[in-house]
Amino acid sequence: MFEVIEIEMIVPNLHLLTVRAPDIAEQIKPGQFVIVRSDEESERIPLSVADWDRKEGTITIIFMEVGVSTQKMASLKQGEYIPTVVGPLGKPSEIEKFGTVVCIGGCYGIGSIFPTIKAFHEKGNNVISIMEARSLNLLYWKDKIKPFCSSLFTITRDGSDGDIGHIKHIVEILHKNGIKPDRIIANGCTFMIYKASKDLSIFNVPIIVSLNPIMIDGTGMCGVCRVTVDGKMRFACVDGPDFDGRLVDWEELLTRRKQYVDEEAFLVHNSGCGGI
Amino acid sequence: MNQKKKLDLNRREMPKQPPHIRRRNFKEVAMGYTVELAVGEAERCLQCKKPLCVQGCPVEINIPGFIKCIANKDFAEAIRIIKKTNCLPAVCGRVCPQEEQCEISCILIKKGAPIAIGRLERFAAEWEASQEHIEIPKIPPPTGKKVAVVGSGPAGITVAGNLAMLGHDVTMYEALHEAGGVLTYGIPEFRLPKKIVRREIDYIKKMGVKLITNFVVGKTKTVDQLINNYDALFIATGAGLPWFMNIPGENLNGVYSANEYLTRMNLMKGFNFPKSSTPIKKHNRVAVVGGGNVAMDCARTAARLGAEEVYIIYRRSKKELPARLEEVENAEEEGVIFKLLTLPIRLIGDENGWLKEIECLRMKLGEPDQSGRRRPIKIEGSEFIMPMDACIIAIGNSPNPIIPNTTADLEVGKWRNIIADEKTGKTSKDKVWAGGDIVTGAATVILAMGAGRIAALSINEYLSGEK
Ligand SMILES: Cc1cc2nc3c(=O)[nH]c(=O)nc-3n(C[C@H](O)[C@H](O)[C@H](O)COP(=O)(O)OP(=O)(O)OC[C@H]3O[C@@H](n4cnc5c(N)ncnc54)[C@H](O)[C@@H]3O)c2cc1C
Ligand code: SF4
Repeated sequence: MFEVIEIEMIVPNLHLLTVRAPDIAEQIKPGQFVIVRSDEESERIPLSVADWDRKEGTITIIFMEVGVSTQKMASLKQGEYIPTVVGPLGKPSEIEKFGTVVCIGGCYGIGSIFPTIKAFHEKGNNVISIMEARSLNLLYWKDKIKPFCSSLFTITRDGSDGDIGHIKHIVEILHKNGIKPDRIIANGCTFMIYKASKDLSIFNVPIIVSLNPIMIDGTGMCGVCRVTVDGKMRFACVDGPDFDGRLVDWEELLTRRKQYVDEEAFLVHNSGCGGI
Repeated sequence: MNQKKKLDLNRREMPKQPPHIRRRNFKEVAMGYTVELAVGEAERCLQCKKPLCVQGCPVEINIPGFIKCIANKDFAEAIRIIKKTNCLPAVCGRVCPQEEQCEISCILIKKGAPIAIGRLERFAAEWEASQEHIEIPKIPPPTGKKVAVVGSGPAGITVAGNLAMLGHDVTMYEALHEAGGVLTYGIPEFRLPKKIVRREIDYIKKMGVKLITNFVVGKTKTVDQLINNYDALFIATGAGLPWFMNIPGENLNGVYSANEYLTRMNLMKGFNFPKSSTPIKKHNRVAVVGGGNVAMDCARTAARLGAEEVYIIYRRSKKELPARLEEVENAEEEGVIFKLLTLPIRLIGDENGWLKEIECLRMKLGEPDQSGRRRPIKIEGSEFIMPMDACIIAIGNSPNPIIPNTTADLEVGKWRNIIADEKTGKTSKDKVWAGGDIVTGAATVILAMGAGRIAALSINEYLSGEK
């Protein structure tokens, strides 16, 4: 059993959960995820790890409330215990000295991209961060991320913080500021990382996205998370979750993610980010 | 001894739920022998001096011995005898392919009525479970030796149980949230009630085995990290990586690996949706590709979920079906339609990305191949279309690569299966043994247990000799 150390709604619909999981905290690297079950009847939900404290033996997750299982998770209380937190799963992100790295986070991806931003900074890259949200009240962790970037931009669809616009606007920001990325990283809902992969392909550099298909076991056993990358079948849980977004078959992935929409229909809330 | 006794060739049938009823429920199909049926069946045994059945059993149960006890109504002794070499009789009695192991070796097969050894084994195990007090073997004083077992399927359970019984301190690691391996996530409730698997896990826990679930060895900690804290380590991580057919359309919605389909159903209790939150779809027309036990389990699960038409698509003929005969018959009785000598070549979707049709080719049988089975040959120009809502791919699994990929000095084969000595289970790596599907590729429960048994012997020998 895993103890809940902290649970808090940090912005509407997004929750921060810190649990004690010393083995995972000791092993985890940027880009990896865990699978969580908040009670015995819950689904197994894959969630990126947004932060950890090796000394305290804790890991932190930012998750969006979308269905019954995440609703139950959101209603956990500090000091309660949950039955499953397993990981770290997936391959760690490739952290090298690439030069200028543009990191884009939206939704829960603002949290999950934080360890990557930090690691790129520590490797000596020039890190540019761009945070995207519908509105100012959905942005978080700006202060936490800022020390690790040479610049941090925000884009909101209503202009309440930073520039007004959507993912496409990133191209403009980069041009305007004379930024030539050597590598682009994007974390967030499938629709956002899909858009990023399309709109930013003009830079001709790898656009590393963290995929979030449906999963069950997370160790390659069920094959639910299969995606087509560069024409080949890959399992996001063991071959990913990072892939070059320019090579991902997005239409297939977006369709596969909708498989259980009917079953969840009466439970799904408006996710708040317009994506899925 | 009973030479003069009149041969009784009436092999006692086991009562089953009638097909039209069981087709729509998840309760166990076969209901087990009554005392009367069991004793009657046991009395048929000739108590051969050189029992051939024992040679056919991978763990060499003293078959005539336990059968005699059943005939004498000494059920406690019967189960004691079985448990000397088989720690999972309730499981084996249900899922072992007796028809190609002990029962095929029984002398009475010549008369067409071999002793129903599996059913008797199951009876003895059920008798024990119905007792208030389950006997836990006497455990010798702790040896002070620590053993890690990775994976909690039949191979892992066997090693853990056998070594705990000898006084070693055993910890079993499992990646999923429940122990049991395929017995828990794969084989359906109607064939192997989960209650039984849990009972067996509880039993080894009572013998002192510590179980740590939600722990992926190779990820949460590597074998190389774990080994520092143990005197020996046994790897039994199974063959969990599903194969696909490599044909167009396999990523359409409505296409599943058998593992996904069965895991949703069994481990995640999909039949209980929405009380359990993992959904499983109810499809009307379902095709299962493959001819093994796994395929039969998927087809019969689909029927129970309410499918109107369920097909098994298999590229050879009925004779070559690798599934147990009993399961094929059960499936047929439950209305599963067998499309034999048929090969899917393309899965076709609708405009929303859901499976709509399967394009197939007809096959014929040619010369036998290396496996001794006649090779299926495509009949050119025989393409045809089957309208279908779902397709479950049950054509096999390869060994789980997480440990081979993260462990130093561990010799692996072509399929990334771990190489282990057949007689001891020892791997190329110091202090590490392996057995079950991770070594052989997908095989059977009893072979995994057999491998566990010899590895436990070898590990014990090593631990006893070690200063
Ligand atoms: C649907 C189905 C039906 C079957 N029917 C029959 C039948 O009727 N009769 C029969 O004899 N056989 C049958 N089999 C085959 C039989 O179940 C297997 O051969 C047997 O279970 C293999 O045992 P094992 O202990 O090697 O591995 P498994 O039972 O596969 O157990 C391996 C365990 O290790 C865990 N694991 C994997 N990787 C890790 C890791 N890195 N760290 C920690 N844990 C890990 C897995 O989660 C799993 O629980 C069937 C198989 C399936 C899938
Ligand atoms: S071979 Fe058949 S008759 Fe002989 S001991 Fe075994 S079960 Fe009994």
